[in-house]
Amino acid sequence: MGNVPTTVKHCLSYEQLIEDYPWLRRWLQEDKTITGHAYPEFVKIVEVGPRDGLQNEKEIVPTGVKIQLIDMLSGTGLSVIEATSFVSSKWVPQMADHTDVLRGIQKASNVQYPVLTPNLQGFQDAVAAGATEVAVFGSASETFSKKNINCSVDESMLRFEEVINAAKKRQIPVRGYVSCALGCPHEGHIEPSKVAEVAKRLYEMGCYEISLGDTIGIGTPGSMLKMLQRVMKDVPINALAVHCHDTYGQALPNILTALQMGVSVVDSAVAGLGGCPYAQGSSGNVSTEDVLYMLHGMGIETGVNIAKVIEAGSFICSALSRKTNSKVAQARSTACCDESL
Amino acid sequence: MATVMKLVHRSALTSLMGQHCLSFSSAAAHRAAGIRAGQALPGKVKIVEVGPRDGLQNEKTLVPTEAKIKLINMLSESGLSVIEATSFVSPKWVPQMADQVEVMKGISRKPGVTYQVLTPNLQGFQAAVKAGAPEVAIFGAASELFSKKNINCSVDESLQRFDEVMKAAKEAGVPVRGYVSCVVGCPYEGKVAPEKVAHVAKRLYSMGCYEISLGDTIGVGTPGSMAKMLEAVTKEVPVSALAVHCHDTYGQALANILVALQMGISVVDSSVAGLGGCPYAQGASGNVSTEDVVYMLHGLGIETGVDLSKLMDAGAFICRTLNRKTSSKVAQAACKL
Repeated sequence: MGNVPTTVKHCLSYEQLIEDYPWLRRWLQEDKTITGHAYPEFVKIVEVGPRDGLQNEKEIVPTGVKIQLIDMLSGTGLSVIEATSFVSSKWVPQMADHTDVLRGIQKASNVQYPVLTPNLQGFQDAVAAGATEVAVFGSASETFSKKNINCSVDESMLRFEEVINAAKKRQIPVRGYVSCALGCPHEGHIEPSKVAEVAKRLYEMGCYEISLGDTIGIGTPGSMLKMLQRVMKDVPINALAVHCHDTYGQALPNILTALQMGVSVVDSAVAGLGGCPYAQGSSGNVSTEDVLYMLHGMGIETGVNIAKVIEAGSFICSALSRKTNSKVAQARSTACCDESL
Repeated sequence: MATVMKLVHRSALTSLMGQHCLSFSSAAAHRAAGIRAGQALPGKVKIVEVGPRDGLQNEKTLVPTEAKIKLINMLSESGLSVIEATSFVSPKWVPQMADQVEVMKGISRKPGVTYQVLTPNLQGFQAAVKAGAPEVAIFGAASELFSKKNINCSVDESLQRFDEVMKAAKEAGVPVRGYVSCVVGCPYEGKVAPEKVAHVAKRLYSMGCYEISLGDTIGVGTPGSMAKMLEAVTKEVPVSALAVHCHDTYGQALANILVALQMGISVVDSSVAGLGGCPYAQGASGNVSTEDVVYMLHGLGIETGVDLSKLMDAGAFICRTLNRKTSSKVAQAACKL
C-alpha cells in the first residue's frame, strides 16, 4: 500500500467501505448466513393466486368466490395481492369480472392490490374501477411476445410506455414483469442479456419493481444464477423479484438461489393455483404455502400467517373442486402428528 | 479525500476501489473466500437409487417379483451406480419385501453398479450374503421414540445389534452403509437436536460404515434446519462420507439438497418417480423423485452419469405396474410438452 496516497488510504478501510457501499455488507457476510450465504431478513411475498393463478384455471370462478378469496388473503398478513386483470374478456374470460372484483373486495389498509393493465385502455378502466397500483407484462422472447400478445417486444414496450406515463401522471406505481426469463416454450434457451435488456427498459421507463418470470418452470439454480448475475448489472437488486413456476419441481431451489443473490421479493400463488398452459396437467405457479414454509424455516420473516394462507387455499380448492398443489397444505391436512417446527 | 473526490467521479471508482479494497482488508478477503467456498458445488454427485426398496416398501400395492426385477434392470441401464434392491427383513413385518431372495437372484447385475440391501440384524445379513448381496445397509435413528416405535428398541440397543452385523460384514469383506432417520424432525418427538444426529452418525461411522445417509424421514426440514444439522454432523464425520436422504413431504427436498451440496455433500438418495409415500401423512409424498434431482443437478452442470430419459422410462414402467401417477414433476411435464 506504499504508493497509495494517504487521503485515499482512509477510504480503503473496511469500516469506511461498508458505510460507503452497503451492498458490500451482504457480500462480506455481515448479515445472517447459512452455508456462508447472507440471506435477506425479510422477504415480501407477492400473492398472484387471484390473478395469475385463477387465469390459468379452466373452471370459471364466480365473482363472489374471487372476492371471498381475496378477502381471506387480505387477512393473512400478505402485503401485496394481485387482484385481477384489465384485459379484454374476449381473450381471458376468467377476468371478465375485473371491475366487480376490484370494487367488491374489502381493501385492507396495509395491502396493495395491483392489477394487470396490458394497454392504455386497460389502465383507464382499472383507474375508473379504483386501482391504485398496476402491472405490465413484457417478454424476453420475441416469439412468445408475438404469440401471447400479438406484437414484438419493442412494440409492447411502446404500449407499456403509454401506460407508465399515464400512471406517472396519477402517481400510480407500476410493476413490470418479464416472462420467459429462463426459457421459452417456442424459442427454448433465452440469453440472460435479453432478459436484462427488457428488465432495464421497464425499470428505466419507471417500473418500481421487475418480476423475472420462469414462465415454463424450466429453470434450475444454474440458469437462475446466470440470469440474475446478468440482470443485476442493469437493475438494482432491491428492485428485482422472482416469479418461479414449479412445472419441473425446481421452484424452491430457484427461489433459494435468488435469495442467496440478494433478491427479497418472491411471487407465488396460494395452493399453487394455475397450471402450465404449455404442459397440460402440469403445475405452474409455486405454492405460497410451500414458499412460506421454507422462508420461515430459514428464520426469514414474511409477516404472513401460513395457517391462514392454508385456509384460503382450502377454500379456493373446494370452490374449484380440485386438490391443492401445495405439499405443505397436503401434509398438514393429513399428518398424524403435529410437526410444527 | 475531498480533493481526490473532486478530481475523479465517485461512481467511476466504485468497481476499482471495491476490488482493491477487498484485497487490502484481510477481514474482507477472509469473508469473501468463505462465500466462494460456500458457493462451490461438487463436479459429480453419486445418486443412490432407493426406489426398489424404500420406494416400493411404502407403496400399498404388492408388486410382483418379475416387475421388481424388471424395474431394477431398467434402472441399471440408466447409468445409476448404486441401487437399493431389497430388504432382508422379516416378511411378517414388510410383506412387500418377502421375495427378497428371488429378487437378488433374479436381477441382471450390471458391472459398475452396486446392489445394496437392507439388513436390520445378523440373521438378515446372513440371508443377504447367502443370496449374493455385495453390500448391505443398516438403519439407525436420531430419535429415541422413533427407534422404539419403528424397531422396538432404544437407539443404543439398535447400535449394539448393528455391531454384530458390522463384525460379520468385516469378516466377509462386505461394505456397510449406515442410515440415520429423523435427522431434522421426528413424527413423535418433534424437533431433533443436531448433536444427537451427529452422535449417532459418528457411532455408525466409527463402527465401520463407509457412508452415512442422513434422512429427513418426515420431510419437515428446510434449508435452515438442514444446514444446522449438517454443521453439527460434519464436525464428527468427514463430509465425503455423508449423504442426504430428503423427503419431499413439505416440498422442501430439492432446496434442502441444494444446501447440502453447497456444504460439500456429494451423495444424494432419491427414488424413481418419487415412489413411496409418507406413512406419517396419508396421501402425502415421501421420497424425492430421482428425475427431479437429476434435472436440477444437470442444470447446475453437475455430472451424475444418469440418462434422464432412460430413468423416466423406468419410472413410467413402475407407475403403470402400480397403476399410479408419477410423483416426479419432470416426468409429468416432459410427457406433456
